[in-house]
Amino acid sequence: MTTVARQEQASAEPPPLLEVKDLAKHFSKPGAGLFSRSDGGVRAVDGVSFELREGETLGLVGESGCGKSTLARVLLQLLKPTAGSVCFRGTELTSLGTRKLRPLRRDMQMIFQDPYASLNPRKRIGQIVGQPLKIHGLAEGSELKSRVQDTLERVGLSADYYSRFPHEFSGGQRQRIGIARALAPEPSLIVADEPVSALDVSIQAQIVNLMADLQGELGLTYLFVAHDLGVVRQVSDRIAVMYMGKIVELGPSESVYSRPIHPYTESLLAAVPIPDPHLNAERERRPLSGDPPSPSDPPSGCRFHTRCPHATDVCSEAEPPLVEYRPGHFAACHHPLGS
Amino acid sequence: MSEPLLSVDELEVTFRTEDGAVRAVDRVSFGLERGEVVSIVGESGCGKSVTAMSLMGLTEGPNASVGGSVRLDGQELVGADGETLRAVRGDRMAMVFQNPMTSLNPVHRIGNQIVEQIRAHRDVGKREAMDRAVELLDAVGVPDAEERARSYPHEFSGGMRQRAMIAMALSLDPEILIADEPTTALDVTIQAQIIELLRKLNRERGLAVILITHDLGVVAEIADRVAVMYAGRIVETGSLDEVFYDPRHPYTWGLLGSVPRVGGERPRRLAQIEGQPPSLLNPPSGCRFRARCPHAFNMCESEPELIARGEPGDHLDRCWLEIAERPVLRELPSGQIGLGVPTS
Repeated sequence: MTTVARQEQASAEPPPLLEVKDLAKHFSKPGAGLFSRSDGGVRAVDGVSFELREGETLGLVGESGCGKSTLARVLLQLLKPTAGSVCFRGTELTSLGTRKLRPLRRDMQMIFQDPYASLNPRKRIGQIVGQPLKIHGLAEGSELKSRVQDTLERVGLSADYYSRFPHEFSGGQRQRIGIARALAPEPSLIVADEPVSALDVSIQAQIVNLMADLQGELGLTYLFVAHDLGVVRQVSDRIAVMYMGKIVELGPSESVYSRPIHPYTESLLAAVPIPDPHLNAERERRPLSGDPPSPSDPPSGCRFHTRCPHATDVCSEAEPPLVEYRPGHFAACHHPLGS
Repeated sequence: MSEPLLSVDELEVTFRTEDGAVRAVDRVSFGLERGEVVSIVGESGCGKSVTAMSLMGLTEGPNASVGGSVRLDGQELVGADGETLRAVRGDRMAMVFQNPMTSLNPVHRIGNQIVEQIRAHRDVGKREAMDRAVELLDAVGVPDAEERARSYPHEFSGGMRQRAMIAMALSLDPEILIADEPTTALDVTIQAQIIELLRKLNRERGLAVILITHDLGVVAEIADRVAVMYAGRIVETGSLDEVFYDPRHPYTWGLLGSVPRVGGERPRRLAQIEGQPPSLLNPPSGCRFRARCPHAFNMCESEPELIARGEPGDHLDRCWLEIAERPVLRELPSGQIGLGVPTS
C-alpha cells in the first residue's frame, strides 16, 4: 500500500473509485457542414457529474434516448467525450491514448444488453471468456484454461462448456457467459448496460441474484444501467435518474424510491405497473402526457418543463442546478417535491 | 350458462420444422365474455402469441396444423374458408401487435392506411372514410388528428404509432381486440398512456380485450381474468384476484416472486425459478414444469388435468399437489409471494 493510500484511509471518506465531472458527449448530425447550420447536433450526455464508490452499485435509470447507454460508453472511453473528466482510481482517463488506456481497461469491464449479439458465434466459449486474459497477458496455456473454467463455474455454468459454441445456449446462459467474460480479468468496476432486459422474468431473477452474489464475493463495483425501475431498485445502493442527457436526481435507493424529489422521478415511478391488483387500484395515477422532446432540440431551462405538472415561468428560463435536499440526495428542480 | 362471445376449446397448433414437430399450443381452452379483459401471460416461447394468432386464423399454412375449436358467437373459425375469416378479421376481431413500426406500411400516410382498411370492408367514399379515420385518431389521443393523418409512420413516435395501430384496429368497430404485447416496446411513461387508452376503450365502448403479455404488472392493471401459460399449456386460470392473491400453481408462485418491485420492502434476493423452460421439440412427459419445480414428486410424471382443485369454480390449475399439501403461501417480509421456500 502506498503512503498516499494509507493517508487517505486514515481520513473518513475513502476516495471514490470513479469520479465524473461535467462529462458531455455531443454527436454532430451526419452530413452536417456544407448546407446545414453548425448547431443541430444531439447532446446525448450534457454535463454529468457523479462519483462511484468502491463496492457500491449505482443504478442509472431513464427512458430510451435519455443518454444512459452513451454515458456508460463514455465512462469506459469506448466513446471519446466531448468535454469533462473521468477519473478512475486517481487517473484521468480522457487524456490517455489507446496504449496507455489498455492496462486500465482490465480493471473496468462491461456486460452488454443483447446476449445474442455480444458473443461471437464462431468462437468457442473458452476463447470468448479467455480473450481478455490473453489480451492483457494474464494467463496462457493450461493456466488460461483452468482460470476460464473456474470463472464459468463461478457464474453457474459447467466447466465442460469450455469447448461449446454460443448457439448451443439459451439467452440466460449466454448472459452468464457474458458475465464470465467480464469477470475473467478480475476487474474492480463492471458497467452493465441493460444486462437483464432481453431476458424473461424468471431468468432475469437468476441473473440479478447472480450479480448480487458476485458482488458480495468479489467486492465488485457496479454501474447498472437499466430502464426497468424494479430491477434497478433490487440491485442498487444509489440511483441516478437521467432525462435528456442530464442527471435530474441522484440519491440513496430507498430515499429516491420512497420520497422522490424531482417530478420526473415521481412520474416514472407512478407509471410502473405493480403486479398487485389492489395496490394498483389504490395508487394515485397522473400519467405523464406527451412524448419526450427531441434531443436535437432540447427545451430551454429545465428540460422536463414541457411535460412537468408543476412547471412555472422560471422552469423555461433557467436551468435548475443539482442541489442536495437530503443527505446524499440531490435533485435538479425549481419546484422540488416534499419541500 | 350461455355461450361466451368467444369460446376456445382444446386449441392445438403444431408446426412441422426441420427438427421435428413442435406443438406450440397444446389443448388450450378459455372463454371471453362481452366487454371482458382476459390476459394470457407467460414467458417467451410459451405459446401465448401463437394462441392469439390462431384465434384470427393467422397460423394457417403448409407447415402449420390447427386443431380444436374457436367459436365466435357460435360460428366455428378453425378450418373456416377465407371468405368467412375475412368477414371476421377487422370487422369483429382486430389485432394490434408488439412492434408498431413493422406493422405499419412505411410508404403510406397513416390516414390512408386506415382509409384503405375501412374501404376494403365497407362501401363508403374516400372522403367519408377519411373523416372516420381522423375521428378514430382523435379518439385514441393523437393530437391534431386531421394534420397527423397526413403523416408517415416514421414521423410518429413509438407511442403515437401504437395509438395509430389501435385506431386502425378499431376502424370497423370490432367487438374483440387482441393485443399482443402492445406496450412491450414502449417506455414506461408511454406504456402507462397506452394501458389507460385500452382501459378507456374497454369501459366506454364495451370492447372485449385479449391481452397477451409477459408483464404481470400490466396484467394487474387491466385484466378481469388471467390464464398463465407454460410450455404450450395453460397451467392456471382464474379471476385476477384468484391468480394474484391465491395462486395455486408453483410456476405462478415463481413468476410472481421473481418480479422486482418499486414499492414495499426490498427482498434480499428475488425468488428465482431454477433452470429454463423445456424445448417443445421434445417436451418432457407429465407435468412440463416438474424439472424446475421444488415440489415435484412421483405423481408429476403423469400429466395433471386443468381442473378446479379447491372449491368448485372457475379457478383451475394443472398441478398434482393436494390443496392441503400445497405449501402455505408464506408472505415474505417484503409482502412478496415466494415459492414456499425460505429465501435466505
